Amino acid sequence: MIEIQRVSKSFGDNDVIQDISATFEKGKTNLIIGSSGTGKSVLLKCIVGLLKPDSGDVLYDGREFTHADKELQTDIRREMGMLFQGSALFDSMTVEQNVMFPLNILTKMKLPEKLERVNFCLERVGLQNVNKLMPSEISGGMKKRVGIARSIVNKPNYLFCDEPNSGLDPQTSILIDELIKEITLEYDITTVVVTHDMNSVIEIGDKVIFLYKGKKLWEGSNKNITDSNVKELNDFVFANRMMREFK
Amino acid sequence: MEQFGKFLLFLGQLFVRRENFTTYVRLTVDECIKVGYNSLFIVSIVSVFMGAVTTIQTAFNLVSPLIPAPVISLVVRDMTILELSPTIIAIIYAGKVGSNIAGELGTMRITEQIDALEVMGINATSYLVLPKIVASILMYPMLVSISGFLTIFGGYVTSLVTGVMTGTDYVIGIRMEFFEFNIYFALIKAFVFAFLIASISAFKGYFTSGGALEVGQSSTAAVVSSCIGVLLADYLLAQLLLG
Repeated sequence: MIEIQRVSKSFGDNDVIQDISATFEKGKTNLIIGSSGTGKSVLLKCIVGLLKPDSGDVLYDGREFTHADKELQTDIRREMGMLFQGSALFDSMTVEQNVMFPLNILTKMKLPEKLERVNFCLERVGLQNVNKLMPSEISGGMKKRVGIARSIVNKPNYLFCDEPNSGLDPQTSILIDELIKEITLEYDITTVVVTHDMNSVIEIGDKVIFLYKGKKLWEGSNKNITDSNVKELNDFVFANRMMREFK
Repeated sequence: MEQFGKFLLFLGQLFVRRENFTTYVRLTVDECIKVGYNSLFIVSIVSVFMGAVTTIQTAFNLVSPLIPAPVISLVVRDMTILELSPTIIAIIYAGKVGSNIAGELGTMRITEQIDALEVMGINATSYLVLPKIVASILMYPMLVSISGFLTIFGGYVTSLVTGVMTGTDYVIGIRMEFFEFNIYFALIKAFVFAFLIASISAFKGYFTSGGALEVGQSSTAAVVSSCIGVLLADYLLAQLLLG
């Protein structure tokens, strides 16, 4: 479980996120949604420690993370997996080396064990015969899958996904959403996904928090998101014609 | 001053939360090939021509019958060891290796590869930068040594081909009034320049923000700052050790 307690972050005079609190539960797919520029990615970076909040704290299963010493932060980070918006695969490594990378650094596994685990993870995300390809030789959707494989290879307790569907076609987006949901249930991990894709919200949003201009305006799930009476959320949810017709 | 303070903090980060030793050995060997072996060609070409031109120009300026011919190669030797090989090659090295380091780290930054390392609990500064600095410190003195040899060799070949002096006179000049300390001085300079170029370039690349335009700007800034750093260090070392 991840608890965010009154987290705020500013850049100069710009208050990007203000006083946000939320709880993300284990075994659930937790979504942070909102329009572009509302501070979703900044909040995610504060949660994983890539940015330090100006105030507030983040707790991982009761362990204080934001103000913890570097060693504890490193220990907690080694329980994290993260899928970045642009996949963030290492250009100079093959797909196999990318997925094996956390095992090389964080474990003392022997090469055959590592290869077995890498192949298992690649098969789990639906990729075969791509081990020796370079990231530049695979499609955007495949890069995302390799990114997911890399983030789960070390059996994390917490999985973070920053805009996992950006730049993907609708079918591939659905596959990626389903994969995230399945992995969350299969490994019983706490998953936090930043997205503005309403399809993802409907498909996998066990818990959803809605950000607007850096503030949390609504919290709920995909079951009750269409029943909200928050104007800003309704504007966001029913922005496209299909959703309006659905309503 | 703010940038200098940030640079010192950046250097401090190299030595905290390091990974295991074998990881660094493997990375350092890879970097040695990139910064050392892959620079050999350009260093060799520049060195041979530098020796050739220095010999011709020194001979052109020392035309007095009172000056014996071996003085030409003596001048070439001392210029090569004291200045040309450590410093001029450092400028070439900054252009090739420095811009490469800044470009590589800058691209890793803007494509979130550095963030990915951090999220895995890896100290990205130490993991990415330390091997580059160590490789540079190991390889650049070797490049300077090779450059010194090739510059003097280039001068020898030129003296034979152009006839500005005989080969025997050239060799006599090379051996004349040789101070062993000059070699140490050149190697001290090489170590210092190697550290400056690798660390300044890594610093510029590591803190890149934005997109492709900013990566290009970081590479340029890395070369410019490294060259300024090298020239300042060159003056300070000359003043300290020879002044």
